[in-house]
Amino acid sequence: MIDVFKRFVNKLFKDIFRKKRHVKLGLYGPPNAGKTTLANRICQDWLGEDMGKVSNIAHETREIQIKEQIHIKSNGKELSFNLVDTPGIATKIDYEDFMKKGMKEKEAKKRAKEATKGVIDSIKWLDEMDVVIVVLDATEDPYSQVNITIIGNLQARDIPVLLVGNKVDLKKASLKKMQAAFPQYEIVGISAKYGNNVDEFYKALFKVAG
Amino acid sequence: MLTFRFIPYYEIENLSSARRVKKLMDIVKGNSIILLEGRLKAEEEKDLIELTMEEIGPKFKGIELAVIYPEQKNPQFFDKVKHGMIGILLGDRVGFTIIGPANLVKEIKKDPDKVQFFVEEARKKKKSSR
Repeated sequence: MIDVFKRFVNKLFKDIFRKKRHVKLGLYGPPNAGKTTLANRICQDWLGEDMGKVSNIAHETREIQIKEQIHIKSNGKELSFNLVDTPGIATKIDYEDFMKKGMKEKEAKKRAKEATKGVIDSIKWLDEMDVVIVVLDATEDPYSQVNITIIGNLQARDIPVLLVGNKVDLKKASLKKMQAAFPQYEIVGISAKYGNNVDEFYKALFKVAG
Repeated sequence: MLTFRFIPYYEIENLSSARRVKKLMDIVKGNSIILLEGRLKAEEEKDLIELTMEEIGPKFKGIELAVIYPEQKNPQFFDKVKHGMIGILLGDRVGFTIIGPANLVKEIKKDPDKVQFFVEEARKKKKSSR
């Protein structure tokens, strides 16, 4: 009962102050889903610059990255936010996986250590977010518990969520499977890399955050 | 050899969230696969991931986690009411949770009606322990 009251008060304060300050828009999801690629797409579209480095090796983003004061426009509406790109959330990190991708042992161990810290930071930042875009790789199994845990925690905090199925340019991508896993959400399928369906993404973002 | 440890819900029912998560972590770090009756709260699952990251080291690579929760596709009104009542009466006892150490359990796949366990090959483990 106290939790319900606390959540109600938090939401009330968030709603009151959201319009007076910049909304914190978080990008969450498992590693290698394309969060930074999408962040770069948004930043390129509205600021003309990249946000972070992308790579095929998991856990490329190991620190929270923030791009402040992004203003986007769609159908005569405007939305301003600070974009927060977070390290991918995982339940396991093995430095040997990085060595399989060609890294030296020392470098792989360093990356693994930074990656574990990155996951902890991502989790800690959940409470700071006003709106979250959950980016999932549409070619991967959507029933992974990490996805369910992220979305469950956002639901418990009453944080609005936009669910994005990335990499729809790949043959294996299945938005149908994602929709079956999360029937309570509308899912926007995009290719952050090639820009497919990005207009639909912005429309959906206005619906959730506007 | 794989060791499964069944934990009935009453074993964690009266523990605080922090103690629940710690208990499960201690068992997993002892190289057992947990079959927990029911499920953790979303917040506790998040705490379990956080604790896992803190514990990762040379001998512990993390966990594999899956929650099997019965959900009907396109439920009718009375089914929703019935499941709502069951939820109120049984709380988080419904379904079950599997947690395994990542050095033993490579992947747990839900389809969502079946669960598949992918385990690390013993040969590979022997080779790496030399």
